[in-house]
Amino acid sequence: MSTKDADQSLITTDVQTGSRDRTDRTHETVVKARNLDVYYGDEQAISGVSMDIPEHEVTAIIGPSGCGKSTFLRSINRMNDQIDVCRVEGDLSFHGKNVYDEDVDPVALRRKVGQVFQKPNPFPKSIYDNVAYGLRIQGKADEVDLDDAVERALRGAALWDEVKDKLDSSGLDLSGGQQQRLCIARAIAPDPEVILMDEPTSALDPVAASKIEDLIDELVEEYTVIIVTHNMQQAARISDQTAVFLTGGELVEFDETATIFEDPDDDRVEDYITGKFG
Amino acid sequence: MSTESHHESGAGISGDGPVQADNEANRRARRILFGCATITVLTTLAIFFVLIDNAASYFFGAKLTEMLMGASPEQTVTFTEFFTGTRWAPDHATPAHGAIPIIFGTLAITVGAAFVSIPIGTATAIYLSEYAPDSVRSKLKPTLEILAGIPTIVYGYFAIAFINPVLVAPIASALFGINMGRYSLLSGMLVVGIMTIPMVSSISEDAMSAVPDELRNGAYALGATKFNVSTRIVLPASISGVFASYILAVSRAIGETMAVTLAAGFTANLTANPFGEIMTMTAYMVKMARGTTAVGTVEYQSLFAVGLLLFVMTLTMNLLNDWFKRRFQEEYR
Repeated sequence: MSTKDADQSLITTDVQTGSRDRTDRTHETVVKARNLDVYYGDEQAISGVSMDIPEHEVTAIIGPSGCGKSTFLRSINRMNDQIDVCRVEGDLSFHGKNVYDEDVDPVALRRKVGQVFQKPNPFPKSIYDNVAYGLRIQGKADEVDLDDAVERALRGAALWDEVKDKLDSSGLDLSGGQQQRLCIARAIAPDPEVILMDEPTSALDPVAASKIEDLIDELVEEYTVIIVTHNMQQAARISDQTAVFLTGGELVEFDETATIFEDPDDDRVEDYITGKFG
Repeated sequence: MSTESHHESGAGISGDGPVQADNEANRRARRILFGCATITVLTTLAIFFVLIDNAASYFFGAKLTEMLMGASPEQTVTFTEFFTGTRWAPDHATPAHGAIPIIFGTLAITVGAAFVSIPIGTATAIYLSEYAPDSVRSKLKPTLEILAGIPTIVYGYFAIAFINPVLVAPIASALFGINMGRYSLLSGMLVVGIMTIPMVSSISEDAMSAVPDELRNGAYALGATKFNVSTRIVLPASISGVFASYILAVSRAIGETMAVTLAAGFTANLTANPFGEIMTMTAYMVKMARGTTAVGTVEYQSLFAVGLLLFVMTLTMNLLNDWFKRRFQEEYR
């Protein structure tokens, strides 16, 4: 297991991969997994995963279908709780607190750890109400200037200029790429610390996808981004750290993105990246 | 089909042989299906025509058909009296034709029943769709459907035997000092309300279950509680279906006959006293149709006028439902 490498963020990354050089800062760990196992009934989806995810960086999780990468993502904000047969063992901590402890309220956790889904899922409400929803249910609507917060979130999601004149129209009337950016605006409006993204561009056309990628680049200034992606080029372009899961829910290698794509330790990772399997 | 026909007709795609037989069977089936569909439409039209034809005789002394044959209309009951009069007694020695008391009776029962069925039915639907574990849902839903299948006359006896004497009468005498009879408006409201709960809960639950899980997950991921998700995401997203269930329940309450007759009574009082006896439009029709009225008399024809009005009321509810559906139905991709 290569989790020990996670702390070696002093290695200079190669610019060629497109991975940005944020290594001058040492980042604290936000999410830390230790021997995490996740089961769906009798089936094991995640097997003994240990990794430290640094804050204010983009951490990409790649791997073939069914390797447990989405399951891992959903474990972080406990969205797996929605699935009756799902069972989690081992440690998964957010700022040092195990999120599966008895006294952790998943509702409170999810207010710190937002999520953007694979398929854009705006609520059948106005654009404004979509963005304001999180603030309203979290009781923050009275503390902040709601109009202001909605504008800021929409600007943050690079959607403001396209929708500022039609905030009252339905979020469902937007194009797929716009809907996904609306979902990002909705996620960042209540100001979480971490944003989980589960293949956020896989349902989008290449132009819309590249807008989301640019956006992720900006989001990481303020948030920690953990992104699951099928697209290896995407991981290489936008992430600082890359974790490679392989079938069986095993974390094979976790390192600087440049290292993973240029000089991985594990042969299986090299095979996967060069397309020999997966 | 068979290789034989393949050889006969070259490429085997011309319309003879076994294909021809298939096509004939297909045409026959289409005629039969069309015939069945026609029967329902014709029946509806026939009922509507009979209602109007006879109602005309109530107001104008002659049926539409008779007037077409040359009978001259003479006003027997004026629209003004029918729609504004407050005494309803077409079968009385000194007859009166003000339908207000029975219209009021029907509306009072309907509104009262809605106050029972809509909140309880909606809450049940939310519970079933969002909260109930599978094991509970699998028992509760069939139970509710059994409730929907109980014959209405049984509900009527339930009102006579239980709701009125055991539930309503003691309240009337203990709290208000009223000595109540066998029938009461409140009992009618309660029994019709209870009857229509399954309609609201079952149809609303179907609408709520049809809301895609992506929406729920989107809300949960923002730190929404189950209650937030139920009331702010699922309920608004399913509102057209939920509203349809309300309309159906209200239509049912308007047209409800046996239970309401046995619960609320046969006396056309214009009263909002919940412990008093009233008469609904349907109860009046039951009373008149029991057989002592001679066919062709004004009081007999009043049945059709009341029936037509009832029909118009439920038709209005249906149109309202259609409008609401068009206006609020959400399309999910």
